[in-house]
Amino acid sequence: MKVRAQFAFVFNLDKCIGCHTCSVTCKNVWTNRKGVEYAWFNNVESKPGIGYPKQWENQDVWKGGWELKNGKLELKSGSRTSKLLNIFANPDMPEIDDYYEPFTYNYAHLQNAKLSEATPTARPMSQVTGETMEKITWGPNWEDDLAGEFHKRAKDKNMDKIQKEIYSQFEHTFHMYLPRICNHCLNAACVAACPSGSIYKREEDGIVLVDQDKCRGWRMCVSSCPYKKVFYNWESGKAEKCIGCYPRVESGMPTVCSESCVGRIRYNGIMLYDADRIEELASIENEQDLYEAQRRIFLDPNNPAVIAAARAEGINEDWLEAARKSPIWKMAMEWKIAFPMHPEFRTLPMVWYVPPLSPVQSQIDQGNLPVGPDGAIPIAGTMRLPVQYLANLLTAGKTAPIESALNRLIAMRSYQRSVHVEGQADTRALEAVGMSEAQAKEMYRYLAIANYEDRFVIPTGHTEESLDDAYGFQGQNGFTFGNDTSAGVSKITLFPRRRKETVEPKTLAPSGERG
Amino acid sequence: MSLHNFLYGVYPYIALSVFLLGSWLRFDREQYTWKSDSSQLLSKANLRLGSNLFHIGIIAIFGGHFVGLLTPHSWFQAMGVSDMAHQMVAIWAGSIFGSMCLIGGGILWLRRMFNVRVSAASRGSDKFILTWLLITLLLGLSTIPVSIGHANHNNPDVMIALADWVQSIVYLRPNPALLENVDTIFKVHLFFGMTVFLLFPFTRLVHIWSAPFGYVARPYQIVRSKNRR
Repeated sequence: MKVRAQFAFVFNLDKCIGCHTCSVTCKNVWTNRKGVEYAWFNNVESKPGIGYPKQWENQDVWKGGWELKNGKLELKSGSRTSKLLNIFANPDMPEIDDYYEPFTYNYAHLQNAKLSEATPTARPMSQVTGETMEKITWGPNWEDDLAGEFHKRAKDKNMDKIQKEIYSQFEHTFHMYLPRICNHCLNAACVAACPSGSIYKREEDGIVLVDQDKCRGWRMCVSSCPYKKVFYNWESGKAEKCIGCYPRVESGMPTVCSESCVGRIRYNGIMLYDADRIEELASIENEQDLYEAQRRIFLDPNNPAVIAAARAEGINEDWLEAARKSPIWKMAMEWKIAFPMHPEFRTLPMVWYVPPLSPVQSQIDQGNLPVGPDGAIPIAGTMRLPVQYLANLLTAGKTAPIESALNRLIAMRSYQRSVHVEGQADTRALEAVGMSEAQAKEMYRYLAIANYEDRFVIPTGHTEESLDDAYGFQGQNGFTFGNDTSAGVSKITLFPRRRKETVEPKTLAPSGERG
Repeated sequence: MSLHNFLYGVYPYIALSVFLLGSWLRFDREQYTWKSDSSQLLSKANLRLGSNLFHIGIIAIFGGHFVGLLTPHSWFQAMGVSDMAHQMVAIWAGSIFGSMCLIGGGILWLRRMFNVRVSAASRGSDKFILTWLLITLLLGLSTIPVSIGHANHNNPDVMIALADWVQSIVYLRPNPALLENVDTIFKVHLFFGMTVFLLFPFTRLVHIWSAPFGYVARPYQIVRSKNRR
């Protein structure tokens, strides 16, 4: 047993309202730079839909993740040798149009245009070429709230094995949001695919980072990540990805996407796992067993043997305490309501999802849904969102665990409804799913109230153990690309007119004073 | 000092010094800029064909120059490789891999210059070095008819002179006089070739140093610790 601690996430899809606050805060903090305008370390997709980049889940197209070859775990994109043979041109590399061509608008024209009959328009301009774009045909969230035709979004890989045609009818349409970040996988495919060895997992917290100095831009990580969460910065020529907001996490703060989430759907916490079992559990033959397999890799932070082994690995007491209070442990292990996304990619992802109960109030009001014993809350299998769809997303198609989770969420609601509406506890729904009242109350606290201190249980990093002379690093500016303050391109000007290099309209709007 | 002596007695050392020291300095000081600088994200069209032809061609050409010019004459003789056989191999290999490199390089050059996205994202040095390499390549290919002419007269003297000159540079006994009777086209090609070394550390070419052969023997997962245990 080799105990390691992992900084992990749960996203409660039941409460995601698709507001994109997470995406925007992340963009403003990490990727508002030239070369990564198109990159969203955090994005929110409307599902069903083909997503960002297009069809990212379809590994017949992108060859991301792992597969079993003769019972042995191998990158789907090919062996190490094949990577080197394809290094001059990666055959599985997405093109920028698979994401979208980043654009801004020529806003200044609105103020600078001469008097005319027609209202002036701010035309879009490409942030790659700086040229005016005739028409924007795709964007980072083009399918927002089921925009577009059904047959296009039905190409969603999760619609496989589902009677699609039924869901093309308006009355049967279903919809959910899927916020996505890097999964900081235990068996990361990007790490494995990097020819330079520049991507690594941090031993302390499991955050996966790209060493910007060491990256040579061979692009194998971009294609090998099945979640397409490693991006190629076309300006710097380096791979970039979600950094788990490590400067914040090290100081005990949640990631910006989690902190800013207005729906309080994001949970950050610590999970202990057995690093010796990664290969074994990622190599389980049946894809539908991979969700259960990943649950088996986690170690119980209350088990004295685990605690002793963790101490032997040098894991600090406050981290063990955090693991015991981990909201991730509660949802993934105790309540079994959280699931890894696409376990069949065999990367052992560490962002888990609570499946959504679809909004069904009007259906209930119309008496369209069969309800449970309390006569008010519908039965899981009858809800708007097909369980098979959620299963394709979260358990490689196995519906039983998803149905069980939905039933537990429903039972908790049923119980709380009885307490708050009827004024008398009705535990029939709880009994049916094998939950105690105490559990239901705790689940309610975590999921519905979602207090800050319950959502975020983050021990601080122990810099004092890794640095003898912390003072020697005082005044450093934290997150940098390689050479501290260097942006990698030396412009010969002492007094630049602007520091931002992102393409913007060259004409400036008239300022207040001049105008 | 005559221009000839400077170009073929001194310039090689300037170029090689800048090549080695420049690479070292850049690796040491500006590793963030050390990269292959791929533009595949911006345009995939024809890249597989162009890039593979170009790279395979240029690597083979480099290997051919390396072995052909640096192997001492006596070794070839000891191995029973006659001068004419050597010259014919050079002509054939040069033609085949040179053509591959030219076709691939041409595809890459057109893309680099005229693909709106690639062109906009390119640095001046990207366009310049690719153009320079292609000119050098064209000059190299232009030496082939001359070599064939020599071969038709059963005359390997120019080839041997070129190899001896390169070896004189490497052994630090520069002897520009060896090149005095060599056709001009070879000398121009040499100048362009040496200049590639001079420009090398200032361009994307530095990625050649980082060919990731170590990957073959590496375990898949990499875990780094901040703690110094």
